[in-house]
Amino acid sequence: MNAIQSCEDALRLLATHLDRELDARASQQVERHLEICRSCYSRAEFENRLKERVAELGYEPVRPELAHRVQTLIRSFTVASGS
Amino acid sequence: MPAHAIHSPSSEADRAWFAERVDELLPQLYGRAVRLCPEPANAEDLVAEAVAKAWEALSSLDDREAFRGWIFRILNNTFISSCRTARAQVEHEPLNPADDDFSLFHRLHQPILLWWDSPEQAFLNRLLRADLERAIDGLPEAFRDVVVLVDVQGLAYREVAELLDIPIGTVRSRLARGRSLLQAALWEHGAEAGLTGGPPAAEQQQERES
Repeated sequence: MNAIQSCEDALRLLATHLDRELDARASQQVERHLEICRSCYSRAEFENRLKERVAELGYEPVRPELAHRVQTLIRSFTVASGS
Repeated sequence: MPAHAIHSPSSEADRAWFAERVDELLPQLYGRAVRLCPEPANAEDLVAEAVAKAWEALSSLDDREAFRGWIFRILNNTFISSCRTARAQVEHEPLNPADDDFSLFHRLHQPILLWWDSPEQAFLNRLLRADLERAIDGLPEAFRDVVVLVDVQGLAYREVAELLDIPIGTVRSRLARGRSLLQAALWEHGAEAGLTGGPPAAEQQQERES
């Protein structure tokens, strides 16, 4: 049985599909729809690129003060003597 | 636990190794922290606290190759115990189902805008990192947490559910609403900045800006 009969069905599952949280069978069905539907394909491309842009926000240059603070903190940790 | 993993208490060599690994990961630790706690001073405190906890727990790390994921988990757990406010734990039911349904693509991909080859791709090309930061940081906490954990950190829904101690269905609904709010915010910012090809919505949206 194909769960995707329309663009509406595909779009309902799209985010979960792009998150790789959809089961393999449903994911395949979404992929198949994206191969034949230009509008949904454009939407998927857009959502994917936006996701990539958001993922880039997890990397942020640090202030030298923070780097220094962390180095000082690590120097303050006690270690086993004689090792 | 394999025998080679038992090296407590940590040695001077461990400290040098730890310092080097933390230094390499610092922009990622801080990037994750500042998205969860957008106030930079709080984010820096969160990083420092996570580093201290990681050192204390180093002897429990079986496989040092897994350090990266391990210290990110410690950062998230520290966020839950130290930074996350009571407000973020409140369940926000959508006031309006339409709030879960805002699609930036749909707004951009309209006949009136299609004089441009691909307005939605052009929008993304012109979107600044600062626009995205502002939109994410401005989300209500309960939604921001889930969007950051899934979209910035790449956690699975199940991992987010465990971390936040909420059902997986709540992860899904908060994610849908959080993304919808994010896209609505980007639309507003984009309209202000002239990225949307000048639709008439810009004037209305400005009124909502506080």
